[in-house]
Amino acid sequence: MIWQIIGMYAVGLALLIGAGFALVGAIGLMKFNDSMTRLHAPTKVGTVGIGSLLLASMIHSYVYAEGSMHELLIMAFLFVTAPISANFIAKVNIHKRSCDTPPSPPRDDTWSTLNVPEADREVAAE
Amino acid sequence: MIKSLRWLMPHPFLTLLLAVVWTLLQNSVSAGMVVFGIILGILIPWATAVWWPDTPRSFHLTKMMKYAVVVIWDIMVANVQVAWIVLTVPNAKLRPAWIVVPLELKQPEAITMLAGTITLTPGTVSADLSDAGHSLLVHVLHTDDPDAVRDEIKDRYERRLKEIFA
Repeated sequence: MIWQIIGMYAVGLALLIGAGFALVGAIGLMKFNDSMTRLHAPTKVGTVGIGSLLLASMIHSYVYAEGSMHELLIMAFLFVTAPISANFIAKVNIHKRSCDTPPSPPRDDTWSTLNVPEADREVAAE
Repeated sequence: MIKSLRWLMPHPFLTLLLAVVWTLLQNSVSAGMVVFGIILGILIPWATAVWWPDTPRSFHLTKMMKYAVVVIWDIMVANVQVAWIVLTVPNAKLRPAWIVVPLELKQPEAITMLAGTITLTPGTVSADLSDAGHSLLVHVLHTDDPDAVRDEIKDRYERRLKEIFA
């Protein structure tokens, strides 16, 4: 009985923290005014926000039912895939020149996104 | 013996990971499902061996665990910091910056992990790799001292990854 009450408060707290970070992420997405800084907001929601909501789900399942470990997998897959999408949005920004041009790398010629192959130069210039 | 094990499991860590994921997917531990997970863990790396040409020479699992704890702690601390920046710093005062991190890591697996870590710790997003793979381009949301951010990434994450894949 006492565990159910503690569990209930823990679930509520985790839900509030998760929802709070999701809200901050959404505010960040609205507030910032260029595409590169906006990219920072969703990476926040993806980590602590979702992580906290999933933790709530796990605690709930262990207190009131048989328990579930699927949430750990969801978290693992999110952690693996979130950087990929962020990286691709950043690459599109660099490619479309919709942000400040990055400083050139010290030891190599250029960044790989800006390295357009000979045959595609005309298409890229349009 | 070791050689035949190598032949059976070219990527032992991948085998372990697949077995664990399969068991977690079942949502309950039973011997049959663990055995099936191990069978999958041996079959899948074998079937996809063409796409894994280079095995990392070594991989320190205990150091990897420590690294995971450090990263998860950093994610939580940095999330609060960035939430504070989002809510209190007005757009006009925001100082985003590009920073270039020269890489000492060589293995693609290690560089991928470093880039993923940088993106997951909020406030920094890894954006691009130089064409020959010697530097990493990172975008910082708000900083007064870009060099300090670069040094922190090198000292906190890259040094540890170098030890993991040493």
